[in-house]
Amino acid sequence: MTFRFLSGGLTGGRIVMLALLVAAAILVPVLNLALPESHPLHVPTYAVTLMGKYLTYALLALALDLVWGYCGILSLGHAAFFALGGYAMGMYLMRQIGTRGVYGDPVLPDFMVFLNWQELPWYWYGFDVFPFAMLIALAAPGLLAFVFGWFAFRSRVTGVYLSIITQAMTYALLLAFFRNDMGFGGNNGLTDFKDILGFDIQSDATRAGLFAASALALAGGLVIAVAITASKLGKVLIAVRDAESRTRFLGYRVEHYKLFVWTVSAMMAGLAGALYVPQVGIINPGEFAPANSIEAVIWVAVGGRGTLVGPIIGAVLVNFAKSWFTAALPEFWLFALGGLFVFVTLFLPTGIVGLAKSAAQRLRRLREPQTPGRETKTPSEMAAARPSEQAAE
Amino acid sequence: MLALALLCAVFAGTVQAQSADDDLRARLNALASGGFDETQRQIDAIAATGDPRAAPALEALSEGDLYFRQSDSAVFIVRTEGSGYALQDPLTLEGVGTAGRREVKKIRVNNRLRRVIRTALGTLTLRAPDPAARIEAADAIFKAQDVDSIEPLDAALAAETDTDVARHMREARAAAVLASGRPTQDKLEAIATIAARGDRDARSLLTGISNGPDTALHDAANAAIAKVERVQGLWDTARNIWFGLSLGSVLLLAAIGLAITFGVMGVINMAHGEMVMLGAYTTFVVQSLFRTAAPEYFDYSLIVALPAAFLVAGLVGIAIERGIIRFLHDRPLETLLATWGVSLILQQSVRTIFGPTNQEVGNPSFMSGAFEIGQLTITYNRLWIVVFALVVFTVLLVAMKATRFGLYVRAVTQNRRMSASMGIRTPLVDALTFGLGSGIAGIAGVALSQIDNVSPNLGQSYIIDSFMVVVFGGVGNLWGTLLGAFTLGIANKFLEPFAGAVLAKILVLVFIILFIQKRPRGLFALKGRAVDA
Repeated sequence: MTFRFLSGGLTGGRIVMLALLVAAAILVPVLNLALPESHPLHVPTYAVTLMGKYLTYALLALALDLVWGYCGILSLGHAAFFALGGYAMGMYLMRQIGTRGVYGDPVLPDFMVFLNWQELPWYWYGFDVFPFAMLIALAAPGLLAFVFGWFAFRSRVTGVYLSIITQAMTYALLLAFFRNDMGFGGNNGLTDFKDILGFDIQSDATRAGLFAASALALAGGLVIAVAITASKLGKVLIAVRDAESRTRFLGYRVEHYKLFVWTVSAMMAGLAGALYVPQVGIINPGEFAPANSIEAVIWVAVGGRGTLVGPIIGAVLVNFAKSWFTAALPEFWLFALGGLFVFVTLFLPTGIVGLAKSAAQRLRRLREPQTPGRETKTPSEMAAARPSEQAAE
Repeated sequence: MLALALLCAVFAGTVQAQSADDDLRARLNALASGGFDETQRQIDAIAATGDPRAAPALEALSEGDLYFRQSDSAVFIVRTEGSGYALQDPLTLEGVGTAGRREVKKIRVNNRLRRVIRTALGTLTLRAPDPAARIEAADAIFKAQDVDSIEPLDAALAAETDTDVARHMREARAAAVLASGRPTQDKLEAIATIAARGDRDARSLLTGISNGPDTALHDAANAAIAKVERVQGLWDTARNIWFGLSLGSVLLLAAIGLAITFGVMGVINMAHGEMVMLGAYTTFVVQSLFRTAAPEYFDYSLIVALPAAFLVAGLVGIAIERGIIRFLHDRPLETLLATWGVSLILQQSVRTIFGPTNQEVGNPSFMSGAFEIGQLTITYNRLWIVVFALVVFTVLLVAMKATRFGLYVRAVTQNRRMSASMGIRTPLVDALTFGLGSGIAGIAGVALSQIDNVSPNLGQSYIIDSFMVVVFGGVGNLWGTLLGAFTLGIANKFLEPFAGAVLAKILVLVFIILFIQKRPRGLFALKGRAVDA
């Protein structure tokens, strides 16, 4: 069944991307661990971690593309799901510290000892068990998205209004997690992690493993996204994006479709966050900042919304540029990012992938000039040609 | 002519002060002569002048630090310095040289005189010519519950003409009576007086009585506490409302421009907060110019800053509209992204030009200070901002309802294509509306520069709140924005006391998210065909 979905959705670019991700998951750890440092093909550990971080961002971008590119829901709060997943992982890692913390308390994390808490709050129970923590990393964002979406989609909150309240959601969470009383480390968040599943979190092997996990998670996310978008459900989603009222009049329960893809997307973002935290070694309320969510949107836009492969490319490229700029020209990063927002929306509405596609098409047309009526457009090109109108009032 | 009259008045004032000065000095010098009885008469006479400048000398007398010079009987406050004494003028307290041990002689006092001096000191400040000083003196007695002050208070009350000061004195007297050994009847009256005062001090004083040894007073004290608490509850409510109005007016200023652009173009301008910031920085620049060119007219800097900020922000807004937004027509979500990009660029530009730190923006004199209504302290800058917000709102309302441009704007808001068909140049309306909305954000920046830090991040801190107001109030309706701003402001301030500032904000956000579910288009939604494209 799934295979049939896939065969419909797995176009050339997506196959290449999947192959690349799987190859990276195998090759990069090998090049990092097996080759001596002097070898020209050796991948240094910091690069592995950095790329692993990019891949988790790419997963977030993919999740965002699923709702924005295919369902027309511009979420300005996806960082909230990302951060919730991250906090779930962070809580597991905190419990793993055990007596190695500054205060040496076997149960309580350092910040709780510091705040004079006597016992673990109930919502910290179970986080010493890895599978449970991973379950929560998916379930917490999923549940939040489900409840939020249930209300929002049923009341037909759409377009700009929806974007604004997703932003309000992540802002409210930002404020909430800043509070010490919440029991998530307040301002400082969770950090000082020691090991994950018994492996030292600083060691090269663990980092390579986390990279591989990120690459495979991203590949898995891509397969799921392809399966969803290529299915009949995916076609309905595109219909919702392009003409929500019309789809509703045709008899589809629009809100159910939206809720499904919204929740799946949030869980994907949560998984990305859970993989992100052990690689950067900290999670704090800053991850909830509305600016982060908006930045994630630009990754999708740069790569090309509604293409699934595009957001992955966009996330990696933009973050690579960010790393380079903040090291070389820190003053100019915001100029570059701001300019990117403006440039992409004005001149590159289909993103890099869309640009490549239209270039390829033009090339093909040059080669065989007289074939009228052969113009078949893929769904993503339709999207580019006829942008979302559901929010146009 | 006026100048001449003023000059005369000033001169006369100086002369008067001079004569009072001489008079007081003569009386102080007279302390040096005669025995204890004579000294007591002089102390009473000094007390009767009610001149607070005599207080240091009397205190020194009581402490035994008041000496007179043998040669001319002039009186000084004296400190031991080495083998001699350092002399201080008893009125001006300036150092006037030193004297040997034999040149000056101490004015002797006994315990009876010390009591007289204490009473005199109380009386002195209680009779100071400045009503504020008298109130301060009375309040000091109230806090100290100084039993010895009852008599000077009685005397001062008899002479007092200012009703406000008299009230403070009666309260001080009541507080003193409660601490004294006077009969229960007097104390009951005192409790009534203090209950009428109704503030926190009164409450703590009464709590002391109700837990005190005198059981006869307990009932009265408890009843009085209940009364005070009721009064305080009312004042707390009033305070919350005032703070809420103040916050609401800030929100209104920040959001109203956003409401217009959103209403007309269906575009959320993410760079709106940066327009506010540009306005604040324009104020800073204008003030810097004033500081260097014409510091004496500094109070007028804000009046110049208003149109300047309107122009700067408005022109930037028009540039954004012409340069970016018009190409993104019918793609509101992408406009949101592009304007976000613009906001980043503006922020970083300001950071590069002015630096990342806060800039110093001064308050003109008419905006500094505060006044009190009952137990409510109202600062002038907050008051002016409330007034200013309402003025801006009114002007905008009139502009929308009574001008041709306003008519066009409303027409385009309701039905863009129909308006275009009727001959309205919608691109022009778009550009001007965007300029107007941004310009208003600019003048909001002028106001906010008075109460907030002027930094490149200024806009960021208001943008989400502004969205909330617009989304809550509904699009294309200025009244909705007004109501939204004040509702959110007041709700926030009422939640703060028992939820804390952060939790209050979270609760308000959650409330808005839920509210949007109920009314997806805000409080005042457009009806009819405009609702869904």
